Amino acid sequence: MSGPDLRGAAAIVGVAESDLGEVGQDRYAIELAAQASVAALAEAGLTTRDVDGLFCAIAGRGMAPLDVAEYLGVRPRYTDGTMVGGSSFVSHLHHAALAVAAGACDVALIAYGSTARSDSGRGRLPTGPPELPSYEAAYRPRMPVTGYALAAARHMYQYGTTRTQLAEVAVAARRWAMLNPKAFARDPLTIEDVLASRVISSPLSALDCCLVTDGGGAVVVTRADRARDLPRPPVYLLGAGEAHWHRTIAQMPDLTVTAATESSARAYAMAKLGPADVDVVELYDAFTINTILFLEDLGFCAKGEGGDFVSGGRIAPGGVLPVNTNGGGLSYCHPGMYGIFTLIEATRQIRGEAGERQQPGVTVALAHGNGGQLSSQVTAILGSEASL
Amino acid sequence: MTPHREYTDRLAAGEVAFQRCDDCRAAVFQPRVLCPACGSTRLTWGQSAGLGTVYSVSVLSPRDGRPYSVALIDLDEGFRMMSTVVGMPAGDVRIGMRVRAQVDQVDQVDQARVEFLADRS
Repeated sequence: MSGPDLRGAAAIVGVAESDLGEVGQDRYAIELAAQASVAALAEAGLTTRDVDGLFCAIAGRGMAPLDVAEYLGVRPRYTDGTMVGGSSFVSHLHHAALAVAAGACDVALIAYGSTARSDSGRGRLPTGPPELPSYEAAYRPRMPVTGYALAAARHMYQYGTTRTQLAEVAVAARRWAMLNPKAFARDPLTIEDVLASRVISSPLSALDCCLVTDGGGAVVVTRADRARDLPRPPVYLLGAGEAHWHRTIAQMPDLTVTAATESSARAYAMAKLGPADVDVVELYDAFTINTILFLEDLGFCAKGEGGDFVSGGRIAPGGVLPVNTNGGGLSYCHPGMYGIFTLIEATRQIRGEAGERQQPGVTVALAHGNGGQLSSQVTAILGSEASL
Repeated sequence: MTPHREYTDRLAAGEVAFQRCDDCRAAVFQPRVLCPACGSTRLTWGQSAGLGTVYSVSVLSPRDGRPYSVALIDLDEGFRMMSTVVGMPAGDVRIGMRVRAQVDQVDQVDQARVEFLADRS
């Protein structure tokens, strides 16, 4: 069953990152969220005084929207603290579009911040003891990596996917990051480097895993008619879809098939578009296996063919499909949760503002968020005026 | 008794316990008050024979300890659990291997846990 027809009803009118990288010394997640919020609103020609809808999730802050609203000095009439891990922010975009279309708010601010990198150096890790009851903790999985490692191992067993193919994903991300001045990891990287890095949870090695950085991001959303009066070209939400089937990895029905099959089907149906219409793909690459699984589940190749699809630089600069043009969570930034950065890069590619990594003639971009242990999947399809 | 308590009591007694739905017959694990397949609240506890197949496995090698496996095991009764395969080098555990459960009384949180050994029968 499809939801309300939101195609073109709402648009992104401002995006920004906070400072990124190792920038969390003496700072807190909320400060980075606020820094990004101010910048995203300024890009939209708006201020915090215009914000009447607030959407946020911050690891370790159970009442993140209250914290962020208080810090920013905004008094929202619509608040959404949906916390579905790293996919939260793509989910927030979907919810914000519903809210502005329904008149529940006029200016929706999606905000995120994290000092994950600096926290690890000062014993202020955001992860606490396992949530109880746990039927997994006794086996000492290293989460989240072990969950993704189990999926990678099963994909390799079932489809013959290789560690070299996983490494292709990391190398492609790095080649994009080398074109992005804001990316954290910009040194050249080879397949051999990835294969030689220390195994963390087999078959995934250190370079199959995303970065741990500090950083924040913000996205401003308003109704399409209002968006046209604002300074930047609106980036319209053409379609959105959400799905989740499990939380813990042992409850995932088939480790080679994610709920992105459903979330993307919903988004494509609303957008009246398919994978062939997508010019750039920005997906949540917490681990190299994610990119392979999601390219399959988002319909860019058949199930089991993701390893071949990413090989030979086919998703790298100059390849057949530009994937994670900012360098992704693997090489650009990954402050705890990455989802909001898929929206920021998709917006910039559609506006033609992506500098050296800009792809020609981008009218449709797909942003895909992942949360938990391949659990929550949220797909958004964004487009320029020409895509309407 | 609550589902979690029933499970841990049975585990402490050396049993690999799971629930089965009286209505749709689905095997249910992790312990619940309802069947996630059909919504029925009519669940009956049962004891697994402890035989299963490795669905997936990852090996972790801590800097300060011996490598160990984290595995997902498909029990023959139709449910899956996270566990570990012991009694062999962690790196030798293979997807598709047949395994047999044993209940180990001591883990790091001082509770019983289910482990698996290669089943050579």
